[in-house]
Amino acid sequence: MNLQLTSDGRLRHLLTLDGLPRAILTQILDTAESFMDVGEREVKKVPLLRGKSIFNLFFEPSTRTRTTFEIAAKRLSADVVNLNIATSSQTKGEAILDTVDNLAAMHADMFVVRHGQSGAAHFIARHVAPHISVINAGDGRHAHPTQGLLDMFTIRRFKGEFHNLTVAIVGDVLHSRVARSQIHALTTLGVPEVRVIAPKTLIPTGVEQMGVKVYHDMEAGLAGCDVVIMLRLQSERMKGARLPSAQEYFKFFGLTKEKLAFAKPDAIVMHPGPMNRGVEIDSEVADGPQSVILPQVTYGIAVRMAVMALLAGGATA
Amino acid sequence: MHASLPDVDPLIAQLAAAIAPTLTPDTVIVGIHTGGVWVAERLHAMLHCALPLGTLDISFYRDDFSRIGLHPQVKPSNLPFDLEGRDILLVDDVLHSGRTVRAAMNELFDYGRPASIRLAVLVDRGGHELPIRPDFTGLTLAVPAHQNINLSRLDDGHLTLSLA
Amino acid sequence: MKIHIKNGRVIDPMNARDEVADLFVAAGKIVGYGHAPADFHANRILDATGLVVCPGLVDLSVRLREPGFEYRATLESEMLAAAAGGVTSLACPPDTDPPLDEPGLVEMLKFRAKNLPGPRVYPIGALTQKLEGNMLTEMAELTWAGCRAFTQADAIPADSQVLLRAMEYASTFGFSLWLRPQDASLARGGVAHDGAVASRLGLPGIPALAETVALATILLLARETGARIHLARLSTRESIAMVRAAKAQGLAVTCDVASTHVHLSENDLISFDSHLHLVPPLRGLRDRDAIREALRDGSIDALCSDHTPVDEDVKQVPFGESAPGASGVELLLPLTLKWAREMGVPLLQAIDLISWKPAQILGVPGGNLTVGNCADICIFDETAEWVVTPKALASQGNNTPFLNQPMQGRVRYTLIDGHIDFEAPL
Repeated sequence: MNLQLTSDGRLRHLLTLDGLPRAILTQILDTAESFMDVGEREVKKVPLLRGKSIFNLFFEPSTRTRTTFEIAAKRLSADVVNLNIATSSQTKGEAILDTVDNLAAMHADMFVVRHGQSGAAHFIARHVAPHISVINAGDGRHAHPTQGLLDMFTIRRFKGEFHNLTVAIVGDVLHSRVARSQIHALTTLGVPEVRVIAPKTLIPTGVEQMGVKVYHDMEAGLAGCDVVIMLRLQSERMKGARLPSAQEYFKFFGLTKEKLAFAKPDAIVMHPGPMNRGVEIDSEVADGPQSVILPQVTYGIAVRMAVMALLAGGATA
Repeated sequence: MHASLPDVDPLIAQLAAAIAPTLTPDTVIVGIHTGGVWVAERLHAMLHCALPLGTLDISFYRDDFSRIGLHPQVKPSNLPFDLEGRDILLVDDVLHSGRTVRAAMNELFDYGRPASIRLAVLVDRGGHELPIRPDFTGLTLAVPAHQNINLSRLDDGHLTLSLA
Repeated sequence: MKIHIKNGRVIDPMNARDEVADLFVAAGKIVGYGHAPADFHANRILDATGLVVCPGLVDLSVRLREPGFEYRATLESEMLAAAAGGVTSLACPPDTDPPLDEPGLVEMLKFRAKNLPGPRVYPIGALTQKLEGNMLTEMAELTWAGCRAFTQADAIPADSQVLLRAMEYASTFGFSLWLRPQDASLARGGVAHDGAVASRLGLPGIPALAETVALATILLLARETGARIHLARLSTRESIAMVRAAKAQGLAVTCDVASTHVHLSENDLISFDSHLHLVPPLRGLRDRDAIREALRDGSIDALCSDHTPVDEDVKQVPFGESAPGASGVELLLPLTLKWAREMGVPLLQAIDLISWKPAQILGVPGGNLTVGNCADICIFDETAEWVVTPKALASQGNNTPFLNQPMQGRVRYTLIDGHIDFEAPL
């Protein structure tokens, strides 16, 4: 956690939402608000990061997340370089630090890193020179802080306040970096009740210690919820003997109109995407009146602009 | 020190009187947050402008971002009119180095291409670092470099100038 | 060479001695205690005033990296490191490349070690050919070549029938099996203890069950076959309870833990530092505390270093990709002393855990200062403070979770066979 903050408490890296003070989370959300307006102008650029170089280091492929980071950086007038690094089990290790050093020598100011291993962003952040910032775009199962932030931004936009909400996260929490980041954000921002709903095989050991209540039943878990967040179920989960089939999963844990009715009538439905229709969520719900899934995507750009601006500013102070 | 600074309201009235003959019905007034907006609001009322008041937050256009970072409270810029071919009266409370006005102009041009921009300031304190000069000035006062002149708004809405 | 070790605090657990006395060494043996034998003229006098004189340490697990892993460390460097750590006898695991599953390889290793300065090297032989868990090795031939026991390295054979047969065969000859209680299938994919910390960090977990299920299998088979079993590197409180119960029922089983697990827990993983990637994983605080207590009450018989030097390349990667293991033969002593200080355990009992007890488990001479026995002696300064830096370590492996941390307790002299194999620079 001190790795992320400077000695005077400013953000230096964004690696995880775990342990970040509430004031910083709020600062990011407030800053993102102002960037929303920029996105609605004809000239969607501001010159804040002009002359800065942002390198997208994606060790795990991703078009969506990488594209939003690229758009966000360009709207700040930064120069963006995309690197999709193919990974092979033998060369992974040496490659990372060598790659990072080479890019730093090319005057990189910021790295946006996505990697299949938990802790990869921390690893890189510990290694870079003091003037370089690292943004974690997803590391293994550990964290996806910008996604967590944009989900909070979405909740704030539609629900106003955090202090009186009941929020449920449904799905494969065990393997989800998004869920972990959401849990940290929700608890830090003061959401009084955070629930996770999943079969036992998809719940991490001791997850209660992160401040959540565990449910294995949708009806009980969704009762009285203001926000329902659905997580993607990856097909690989069937292979580890954690689930028998997508069909059985959908029957008990998929979000349908009937199950959504257990939540409050004005509850909003979120999904970090990409959706598996018919596996974790019914199309009727995904496209229905309570779904805020599409707006979530647009907020992602403003939130990432906010993060980059806060990291790049005052860097040489 | 306060005794030597004039009241603000008469200054604004003076400004309004100087500006009025140059206005057209299509001119828009744009105030720069925060002090410039206070002054612009009064001018807008005094000059009976038909078009709504515009406000600019120049946080994203400052040239000292690398050094001091983002201001914690960025207010949204609000320009509820088309800028294309428009005559703009840009308003700020204190003109000092000129960098704020430069940032404001950069931002305005990101919205569109105005026909003209004229600058009205409540106080010109000297110390210009850029080739920017006001078209309308309420008060010209040489303030030493180590001092600041500030516009404040009291709870009752009254505006005052002070030196610090 | 005749050596007079003068005025040291002699701590000899086997002989229940803790007193200031002189020790006399000649022709590789301890020839006098308290007073010099007749006609003794020392060639060298070691002034041990203010120092502790104890049996040379016996470390039950030190990887010397030969054959096969010479790029990580060499026999020379690691034997010197062991001597610098006060170790005079060590057991090395068979997970070399190729594994120690043939008498020729064992003989070669022993031959190389014999001609180098440093501790007595006792290879532990592979239990199955190539350590693949299927076919038994020639245990009798390997014992003849010098193996003291047999192990399957980091897990028990997946095929329980193979383990049963191995125990039956070993007990035919009275051979010892050193087994790491780990069920490979339950541990599969994991890199950290399956608990709240790994869940928070998103690290795949190794549940405690991976150890206890394998341990239950081992204990039941051992009871059935009468094989002599030593359990290597326990890590959970449930395992300790199971071993206590087994011992209470008269089962002849011994066990050890690694010195890292006496001090560290899953909570230390918070920074994702690969130097904390260990096998078995660092468990919860309650497990660590159970280990500390079990060492005190004798449920755990010995402490070892599980010395595993690696090159930094395999540690300077994200946690899950790193090679597990810590370098630690030079830290066995200070870490044992630290535990003793913190638990209020007398030095005599603490030293027992790293000298006499492991000597008995390994079944070799040493671990004591009886007159007439080999002069394998460690002389150390209990109060010496130092910092663990790459420069301070003789091992080629700097991969220790205690890097840059202060230690208290350092070896001054290590005598092996009456010869000063290590002398600390002043």
